[in-house]
Amino acid sequence: MFDVTKIRADFPILKREVNGKPLVYLDNAATSQTPQQVIDVIVDYYSNYNANIHRGVHALSQEATDKYEEARHKIQKHFNAKHAHEIIYTSGTTHSINIVANGFSSFIKKGDEVLVSAMEHHSNIVPWQMLCERTGAILKVIPMNQEGELLMDVYDTLLSDNTKLVFCNHISNALGTINPIKEIIDKAHRVGAAVLIDGAQAAPHLVADMQALDVDFYTVSAHKICGPTGVGTLYGKEEWLTKLPPYQGGGEMIAEVTFEKTTYAGLPHKFEAGTPNICGGIAFGAALDYMNAIGFEEIAGYEHELLEYATEELLKIDGLKIYGTAQQKTSVISFNIKNVHPYDIGTILDKLGIAVRTGHHCAQPIMDFYKIPGTVRASFSFYNTKEEVDVLVAGVKRAAAMLL
Amino acid sequence: MYWLRELNVPLLCCCKLTRYHSLKVLKSIVCYRIFVQNMKMNIKEIQEDIVAEFDMFEDWMQRYEYMIDLGKSLPLIAEEYKTDDNIIKGCQSKVWVHADLEDDKLVFTADSDAIITKGIIAILIRAFSNQKPLDIIEADTQFIDEIGLKEHLSATRANGLVSMIKQIKLYAVAYQTQLS
Repeated sequence: MFDVTKIRADFPILKREVNGKPLVYLDNAATSQTPQQVIDVIVDYYSNYNANIHRGVHALSQEATDKYEEARHKIQKHFNAKHAHEIIYTSGTTHSINIVANGFSSFIKKGDEVLVSAMEHHSNIVPWQMLCERTGAILKVIPMNQEGELLMDVYDTLLSDNTKLVFCNHISNALGTINPIKEIIDKAHRVGAAVLIDGAQAAPHLVADMQALDVDFYTVSAHKICGPTGVGTLYGKEEWLTKLPPYQGGGEMIAEVTFEKTTYAGLPHKFEAGTPNICGGIAFGAALDYMNAIGFEEIAGYEHELLEYATEELLKIDGLKIYGTAQQKTSVISFNIKNVHPYDIGTILDKLGIAVRTGHHCAQPIMDFYKIPGTVRASFSFYNTKEEVDVLVAGVKRAAAMLL
Repeated sequence: MYWLRELNVPLLCCCKLTRYHSLKVLKSIVCYRIFVQNMKMNIKEIQEDIVAEFDMFEDWMQRYEYMIDLGKSLPLIAEEYKTDDNIIKGCQSKVWVHADLEDDKLVFTADSDAIITKGIIAILIRAFSNQKPLDIIEADTQFIDEIGLKEHLSATRANGLVSMIKQIKLYAVAYQTQLS
């Protein structure tokens, strides 16, 4: 039974006040809050077994290594990857994407085409633009409609034998659209193209099955799913990760080093140069445990209720327009009121203790598409409540009264 | 409340000004003050005036209401200067600032697409416009803290208050070099 009161008690930060008002945290798409269960794991690590991993013969190093590798197995199991070594620890989604974009420089040649969706985060645009600049490949965009849904018929016409890579987010951070990634992956594979799915926004809301999706690369950040910042994962199919050259050189990623030649370590270490975020990796595993104990189906069901309620209540406000009205979407509401600048609304909401994101959400092409400077974005998590939605709605009304 | 005394505003009226609904009265007095003050007041005196005005408000909402009002009375930049070159780059709202040298003093005009940002730039312009470049260079900006806008100085604030101050000072440095 989903009990939001009980869940909220797990998050110490939700008890605090901001500007003299109880915190209403609705910026979950930027980062999620951390439950005590995960905080405890972080404290335990630094209190009891902090050590460098994979190389020490002493007990602490072995304990830390075991926990770190155990967390990798948890991530593997959660995403149903075939092998644990297909899970590469990274600093987060941006790092994960850069590993792939950089590595593909070796496979892409002038005139090859890479496809990107129109609703990408900058971190899933810029690395590919850089790849195209390096190689002379051509970047093409899969367009979207006014509702914020990809035009799949146009996607079909963009795919050709020249398409080498397709990258798309599973869920749009600015609009909340859930993209039809299975269809995108299958169609890309038919022309022999590889697919990278940015799963940063999807991981907190649903479980993506790597083998069922048959995806080539999938990226996740731990801090979006109740884990700490600075850690995430790159899932890659074994055959791709074996082919891709290493991204960074350093310790840990080598098999043998002489001044004449270095041979690289096998997977996953080839991509894990240097001392990693050990505590972060272990806490990432703990965060997945926490989420799974609640259950993703329950989480998704409850968040959908919040989304419907908030959408209905916000739309009652005169002049409020929601951007991103896809049939399939998660608990993200991007909106503006008439011609009020989103920054102004966000500033007033902050004074009322309500945390939302304002601006272009690192997705400027989407804002250009709608011809707006940005939006106010309220993103709900499973620990938010309908009462908090009411506080938001009242806050938006108050801001509108001041600003209009 | 030195300037209110100078305007011979009765004490009773001063008391009423602390009330929320008197914003408009305050605004019209301030407009008059802005018109005459910079002819004879230095930056520090103007800043003290601004701090005194903000002191009259009982809570943040009144302060923001007032700032929004000030934003509406901002001396607007001429359209021809509203170019990309004159944009103070910030993540969220666009801010344009322009400076003209009139005699030996700098006169600032500005605009923004966000109204609270306009209010903030209006306050800055009131403090620094019609002043000698050297005085602008040497002026401190402590008064921003004192009027309860400290949060806008944080590095994450995308309204670029820090950048606005920097740009105003850069204009002053440029014109000071030209003058000397």
